[in-house]
Amino acid sequence: MSDTELAFVRSEEIPPAPPPASEAGAVKWMRENLFAGWFNTLLTILAIYIIGRFVVFAFPWFWNGVWDAGSIKECRDILSAAGKTTGACFAVLVDRWDHLLFGFKYPAEGYWRPTLAFIMLIFAAAPALFAQYVPRKFLIFTGLYPFIAFWLVWGGSLWVPLCILAAILATAYIFRVVENLDVGARGVLAGIVGAAAGLGLAFLLFQGATELWFISNSVGAGGALGTLASLLFKAASIFMFVFFIPMGIFVGYAIYNDAEDGGLVTVVTALFAIYVMLAYLLSPVSGALNAIIPIELQAVPSRDMGGYMLCLILGTVCVSLSIPLGIVLALGRQSNMPLIKGVCVVFIEFVRGVPLITLLFVANVMLAYFMPPQSNFDLILRVIIMITMFSAAYIAEVIRGGLAALPKGQYEAADSLGLNYTQSIRLIILPQALKISIPGIVNVAVGLFKDTTLVSVISMFDIVGMIRGPIQQSTDWISIYWEVYLFAAMVFFVVCYSISQYSQWLERQLATDHK
Amino acid sequence: MAEQAIQMQVSDEIAITISKMNKWYGAFHVLRDIDLTVNRGERIVICGPSGSGKSTLIRCINALEEHQQGSIEVDGTLLSSDLKNIDKIRSEVGMCFQHFNLFPHLTILENCTLAPIWVRKTPKKEAEETAMHFLEKVKIPEQADKYPGQLSGGQQQRVAIARSLCMRPRIMLFDEPTSALDPEMIAEVLDTMIELAEEGMTMLCVTHEMGFARKVANRVIFMDAGQIVEQNEPESFFSNPQSPRTQLFLSQILGH
Ligand SMILES: Nc1ncnc2c1ncn2[C@@H]1O[C@H](COP(=O)(O)OP(=O)(O)OP(=O)(O)O)[C@@H](O)[C@H]1O
Ligand SMILES: [Mg+2]
Repeated sequence: MSDTELAFVRSEEIPPAPPPASEAGAVKWMRENLFAGWFNTLLTILAIYIIGRFVVFAFPWFWNGVWDAGSIKECRDILSAAGKTTGACFAVLVDRWDHLLFGFKYPAEGYWRPTLAFIMLIFAAAPALFAQYVPRKFLIFTGLYPFIAFWLVWGGSLWVPLCILAAILATAYIFRVVENLDVGARGVLAGIVGAAAGLGLAFLLFQGATELWFISNSVGAGGALGTLASLLFKAASIFMFVFFIPMGIFVGYAIYNDAEDGGLVTVVTALFAIYVMLAYLLSPVSGALNAIIPIELQAVPSRDMGGYMLCLILGTVCVSLSIPLGIVLALGRQSNMPLIKGVCVVFIEFVRGVPLITLLFVANVMLAYFMPPQSNFDLILRVIIMITMFSAAYIAEVIRGGLAALPKGQYEAADSLGLNYTQSIRLIILPQALKISIPGIVNVAVGLFKDTTLVSVISMFDIVGMIRGPIQQSTDWISIYWEVYLFAAMVFFVVCYSISQYSQWLERQLATDHK
Repeated sequence: MAEQAIQMQVSDEIAITISKMNKWYGAFHVLRDIDLTVNRGERIVICGPSGSGKSTLIRCINALEEHQQGSIEVDGTLLSSDLKNIDKIRSEVGMCFQHFNLFPHLTILENCTLAPIWVRKTPKKEAEETAMHFLEKVKIPEQADKYPGQLSGGQQQRVAIARSLCMRPRIMLFDEPTSALDPEMIAEVLDTMIELAEEGMTMLCVTHEMGFARKVANRVIFMDAGQIVEQNEPESFFSNPQSPRTQLFLSQILGH
């Protein structure tokens, strides 16, 4: 061993060997995970003790549960007759099952309608949620579902949702037609639409200003704060009065000016068309059709919706509306155009800075103030608008994070290939940004779904409202507590846990970056 | 690489005209009085110290950066703020980036067919055939169904070149296409670019690969502090640089 060999040549290949079998075994696992060191062991024993205490306490309560009783008193009698010291009165769930699910005003003979709508929801959601496994053509059902569900839950004439659907399709058609008009025709159209939109805006401003003036007089009476508010309202209305004609002219001119390029003209024309159709044609046309071929379900007013159904309605509608709105807001916030950017920033910051409860109160009380007196703006619709705005602001911020996480090179590559703004956003930016944003969006969606129970504070009878009001305050089930809230917690947990599981699955499906 | 320079016919037709172009980042004057005319079929290599404005210059040509003064005309279309013109120019001018910028959520094939389908409105099948043709050309047809994250750097850059070529551009811009790559991968990307040059593509290439410049370029441009300091055919440029700044730069990069 005098001198070390530096040169070395491998004479034979080392054959590949299978990886070593991981040394498994329950004992080894336990030693490593539960009893590694005295501190770990102590924690394990403590945890076992706490779990044990809980089980010893809760299990008899569950096990002795009474499922068949007409009131809390009857239930307690049954328990004491059997000599049990503890026991749950699950009978309340049986007794008030319908109320918990549908509220106490929904007509009992119509329970099948929301139930059917719920089952159909599963089928409608599948093509959108599991796009890889469900053929694309089923998306048509997803598109039709809102109209079907609306009709099933609210009832009334089938012609109303059909006419709304027709109006939307007609608007899409108009959009296409205007998009493909030649410049001359579009110029004429832009003139007409611009004039109409300008007039319309001027008129709206005028109306709004008058309304504000009127409000300023009515709030003026209440002390210093009232005077301040009144002054603010007065200032706002004077501002609007001064600007209503110039703004109208400006908007009209801007639309006319855009005729060459056409984007704005197309959008405004389409919006105009759908507004006219919904505001002026919907009720006469659907009424006339219904007179010829009546297809009706018993109409249920929004006030009568309640129970878990109300939470599900608010949850699904608001989530599915606030994601697109959030995307638009997030993109708007990134926009180079100062006006659009400003509007989005103000909206997001304002809505995020206000508690949801305040917004709900606004929906309940204030919106009615601002609406023309005769208009009867549906309460659920108002609540939906508020919750959607609220969660859209949060989702917008989540998506903005996703957008910011994309390297600038992605935008540049899309640009350098000649993709226009819409294409690069739709094909390159959003798919990646949304993928990054999934956990955040799901977080907001789950939070939103649970927040739907807040509507109980504006005296809507969602599942929590039902429990706090009609159930806990009834003579039969007075001050029943654990059983009902446990039930509410459970139904929310089922949905929220499913959403979370789905999102994790989706993230795995979309993982293509192999980091 | 063989030291034999490519002999290509440069036509009289003008591909790019840049005149009196100035650009500022805020108060910082990045590009100063740039005058440059590129004929069709020319292969131009741009070099210069870091921060001299090379990237900015070629990014101005396809309007990734906006210039404030002077004019740029590409294929007879004047670059202005008109979006239609910009989109037209971008679909005629291909670009490769230092960091490839492939779309990680799309397969290689989808990366290559995206722009033809959406910008050129090519039918999907035809676009896929074209894409496979160019992927074969850059020698990685077998990777078509993989995602960019599964490829090596050199392969990714070749895909990026193929992706640009699928738009059938008349001009290609390269911004340090090899500087993020390992030596072995540099060779495979340069080979692809040489092949492209041999087919007569008009190329503007920011690179410090001087071997490539000697072999492929018919003109080398040296930039410093936002100005074109010197331009010449490669042989004279390397053997007989005129300006002291060029001499310094060349001695630094060829010195070791
Ligand atoms: N977005 C920007 N905002 C402000 N200054 C910038 C921006 N991009 C580049 N610059 C500056 O402009 C100058 C030129 O940058 P450029 O990227 O064109 O240099 P380069 O010659 O490509 O350098 P390198 O060889 O390092 O890539 C640099 O000084 C840089 O700091
Ligand atoms: Mg650079």
